[in-house]
Amino acid sequence: MKIAMPVDDKSLETSISQSFGRAPYFLIYDTESKESLFLDNSAAASQGGAGVKAAQTIVDNKVAALLTPRCGENAAEVINKANIQMFKVINDSIKDNIEALKDGKLALLEEIHAGFHNHGGK
Amino acid sequence: MKIAVLSGKGGTGKTLVSVNLAAAAKESIYIDCDVEEPNGHLFFKPEDIKSEKISIKIPFVDETLCNGCRKCADFCKFNALAYIQPKLIVFDEVCHSCGGCVLICPEKALSENEKFIGEVQRGVSGNVTVITGILNTGEASGIPIIKKLLKDIPADKGVAFIDCPPGSACIVMESIKDADYCIFVAEPTLFGVHNLSMVYELVTLFAKPHGVVLNKCLEGENPAEEFCLKKGIKILGQIPYDNELGTLNSNALISVRETEKYRVMFSSLLQTVTMEVEACYSY
Repeated sequence: MKIAMPVDDKSLETSISQSFGRAPYFLIYDTESKESLFLDNSAAASQGGAGVKAAQTIVDNKVAALLTPRCGENAAEVINKANIQMFKVINDSIKDNIEALKDGKLALLEEIHAGFHNHGGK
Repeated sequence: MKIAVLSGKGGTGKTLVSVNLAAAAKESIYIDCDVEEPNGHLFFKPEDIKSEKISIKIPFVDETLCNGCRKCADFCKFNALAYIQPKLIVFDEVCHSCGGCVLICPEKALSENEKFIGEVQRGVSGNVTVITGILNTGEASGIPIIKKLLKDIPADKGVAFIDCPPGSACIVMESIKDADYCIFVAEPTLFGVHNLSMVYELVTLFAKPHGVVLNKCLEGENPAEEFCLKKGIKILGQIPYDNELGTLNSNALISVRETEKYRVMFSSLLQTVTMEVEACYSY
């Protein structure tokens, strides 16, 4: 299955980004073929509505799951409408989280924040 | 003439200053632009209130016409639209009501709905025309209400005092945009100086003539005063840290209308402000 993660660089060795909407890149990873694809997050520099635009990118890539440390409410609405499952990452390692997902050890992301809207976070 | 009263933080005395200056004038207009928590009306208790609802336009999609081309979502600079098969989603609170998506939709699937976000109330309190902007709780932006407040200022009702929201964000910029003069209200603390410097920077950027009223002044050093002297900001007046004034104010009374002492104090401040403004525009 195809999964997505917000990441800090275009490498499997990089860390998972602490922000979803304003993450610099997204990793689209296929757990069967082990293929990875890095996308620029065009929403990162948005004046506003970054979460909505970033979520649209995730939806357009037809992934089955999103692995992220956190997610804002507008982004979550888009992700949920597309029936993509959201999991909370256990640490910032891409590999650890892919393994944890395979082993069924990732919990669903249930805390959805109200968004930072230029008042905090990154 | 339009005079904006602002400060970098809440609770410095913007409403105290603007309400009392308006009350001290022969005839004036008081405009409450602090639309998230307007409180000037609590002092003025205006009568003959006429209320006008304020709405914004939010796109609305006809799903039978939308073919999912997403030109609207790509166009929207604010990312207020997302397309998730088979539906377009509109994020009302992200939308800035620019109307661009409606223009750009090749299928004419988008139209605009009115969404009420608050109201403007106009009333009278003796010599003062009181205009209050009220943003409904939970709405994202009060800017459409401020635009309305400042667009329809009566020309024949004297000087307009604009009681601004706290801070130095968009909502404050909108409030001071057309002002002829800006009055800062500052507290004698280091925190007060920090916030004063923020609004000072903003007003300088807008190239507005300005001066400061030092509020809650005590004996001893006043960091806000030192800042003004250093930056060459005109000090229009000082209001003492005064139990009697604080008590009147916390009982929602207009001190100018209650005691001779404060009538004299604010009349003198008004005279200084008027002379300053006239001096700025005498060339």
